[in-house]
Amino acid sequence: MDLSLIIMQLLSGIALGAVLVITALGLTIVFGMLGVVNFAHGALFMIGAYAGLYLASLTGSFWWGLLLAPILMGAFGMLIEFVLIRRLYGRSIDDPLLLTFGLSYILVEGVRIVFGSDGIPFPTPPQLIGVLDLGIGFFPRYRLFVIALVAVVLLLLWLALEKTRIGLIVRAGARDPMIMQVLGVDIGRVWLAIFGLGVGLAALGGVLAGPMRSVNPEMGSLVLAEAFVVTVIGGLGSIVGAVVAGLMVGISISLVALFAPEMATIVMFALMAVVLLIRPQGLFGVRGRTT
Amino acid sequence: MPKSGSTAKISRRTALAGLSAGAALLAMPRLGRAADETIRIGFPTPLTGPFAAEARDQVKCAELAVKLVNDKGGIGGRKVELLVRDDKLNAGEAATRTLELIEKDKVHAVVGALSSAVQLAVNEVTRARGVIYVSISQSDTINEAKDFSKYTFHEALNPHMTTSAVARQTLKKGMKVAHLVADYAYGHEMLRGFKRAQATIGADNVGEILHPFGAADYSTFMPRLMSMRPDVLCISNFGRDQANAIKQAVDFGVKQQMKIVVPVILHNQRLAVGPDVFEGVVGGANYYWGLETQSKTAADFNAAFKAANAGAIPTDYGAYGYSGVGSLLAAMQTAGGTDTDKVVDALEKLQYDLTKGPQHYRKCDHQSVQSVLVLESKKKSAMANDNDLFAILANDAGSDDMLRSCSELGHAT
Repeated sequence: MDLSLIIMQLLSGIALGAVLVITALGLTIVFGMLGVVNFAHGALFMIGAYAGLYLASLTGSFWWGLLLAPILMGAFGMLIEFVLIRRLYGRSIDDPLLLTFGLSYILVEGVRIVFGSDGIPFPTPPQLIGVLDLGIGFFPRYRLFVIALVAVVLLLLWLALEKTRIGLIVRAGARDPMIMQVLGVDIGRVWLAIFGLGVGLAALGGVLAGPMRSVNPEMGSLVLAEAFVVTVIGGLGSIVGAVVAGLMVGISISLVALFAPEMATIVMFALMAVVLLIRPQGLFGVRGRTT
Repeated sequence: MPKSGSTAKISRRTALAGLSAGAALLAMPRLGRAADETIRIGFPTPLTGPFAAEARDQVKCAELAVKLVNDKGGIGGRKVELLVRDDKLNAGEAATRTLELIEKDKVHAVVGALSSAVQLAVNEVTRARGVIYVSISQSDTINEAKDFSKYTFHEALNPHMTTSAVARQTLKKGMKVAHLVADYAYGHEMLRGFKRAQATIGADNVGEILHPFGAADYSTFMPRLMSMRPDVLCISNFGRDQANAIKQAVDFGVKQQMKIVVPVILHNQRLAVGPDVFEGVVGGANYYWGLETQSKTAADFNAAFKAANAGAIPTDYGAYGYSGVGSLLAAMQTAGGTDTDKVVDALEKLQYDLTKGPQHYRKCDHQSVQSVLVLESKKKSAMANDNDLFAILANDAGSDDMLRSCSELGHAT
């Protein structure tokens, strides 16, 4: 087994992890700030892929789909928060969980009715078709692009949260919403924006995954399970946790696939079990958080 | 099986259920009598999950077979009814639904199941209850002596037939072959078939990777497959797995290095990922609508399907639904009703031609002897229209030679 093969394998793992990171991020931000376990996240990921595909075919360019789908889906997310989720704040954690669970069924069935349950082809953007010669092997251009784009999104998100006034309000709001209200901040609007951001990230994950996997109504259910595993490993609500755990899961799957391919999917759950045994709150989670 | 009322001990619950059923029967006497006259065919198939596209085509075609018989006055004046159940691609679910079909709906025979594991579960139930089962799943374990019964019939092609036909078209002596295989019965059987064909032809095996069933991402298997440097990559998986695996292999530039072949090339998956991805991929098939230029039966079948489905064309797995139900109904017609032994006898003697040419069930294992197609996916510019997906590379006529021998399957000969 030569070194170049292992490097190529690592790179596939990072590309796989990048999609996981972006999807888990939306899940973890919504949980961390709002205390809502969003079971519709997978369905929104799937609708994001359909929206991206639809907008791309409407405008004739993948790039418009990639830009507009997350924005429109973010607005749709805000609508969901405003109409449905908002009413359940302050109640037990189960209520929003059940609500979003039901919502996911409605969304998936809706897509089945509109687009049918067969998959739809999502062509790779022409500029990114083919492989790039890395010297040690060939790697799909599109997957390299996904890695780069996710890195940029993460950087922007980090800057927004750490360096801006809105970021400050969001972080403070997550810690103590009551004080924020006393200080005159409309915390409801912050939560609205956060939920929109979470859904936008799910949709971005969906559009990015589109050209790699077939686009179909069930594509979200598998992703939801993966995103939850990543979120749990990283620690519920932790952004750094989602990033580290997402890459960790991607790379573990990839390296296990090299030596014991049959085990490639199970490794993710094994990793979660080990982490939970050693650190029940996840790698970057806060112990004893209540919502 | 005894009815709930005839057992010696009647529990309170059974008595209550019996009473309410009786009351319902009194309330609807006409419906009750009508149901006795109808011939009911149970049809479990995975309407939800990764094989849903294929399953829905099966239902459409099975319904067409039933409709055509009913339009001609049914069987001995009795109408035929198809009872479709979603097996959810789950063996336990399929066994429960099949048991319900037999015990509650009193079906006269069962046709269906798409996945090999599910087919085994359905066969267990039908075998134990002495109900005829015509399988349309591409796996031949139920033909082997240990799972076989006189009630078991296998209408679909089997792994041995498709892999040897595909290998004959694509492999040559000294070629290097690598495999990407779904880790369950279907994949294992296809791998076995390919390796057997490779040994006959003299091609070398350079490696096998088993992937989990239903995986969404295959990228992590690609670097290793490329490092094996094969001439041919055989991808043995089904449904959406096939679409995703081929798409990602193409993304990694696999096609520049090697040819991709599959044991069964799927119409719906080709549609789901588009012509560019599938271009040049070769695979086996039981049916392709383009056969209509070579076969009158195919032309008739296409026309009937188009008339019933707003101009759509039938697909490969759809055709199984048609020929599975169609052959059973033809046998019932000969047997003059639903008497199980008579229908089994009629099926064993049946010579039928429903979609593509002559077929019959081999006596020893009830495998349908039929032609095998080898198809190559066309490139976009070569497609005459949206339905023009494949070129027919070979149409091997059905013969006993393309099957494993009866003694090999463990049957007394």
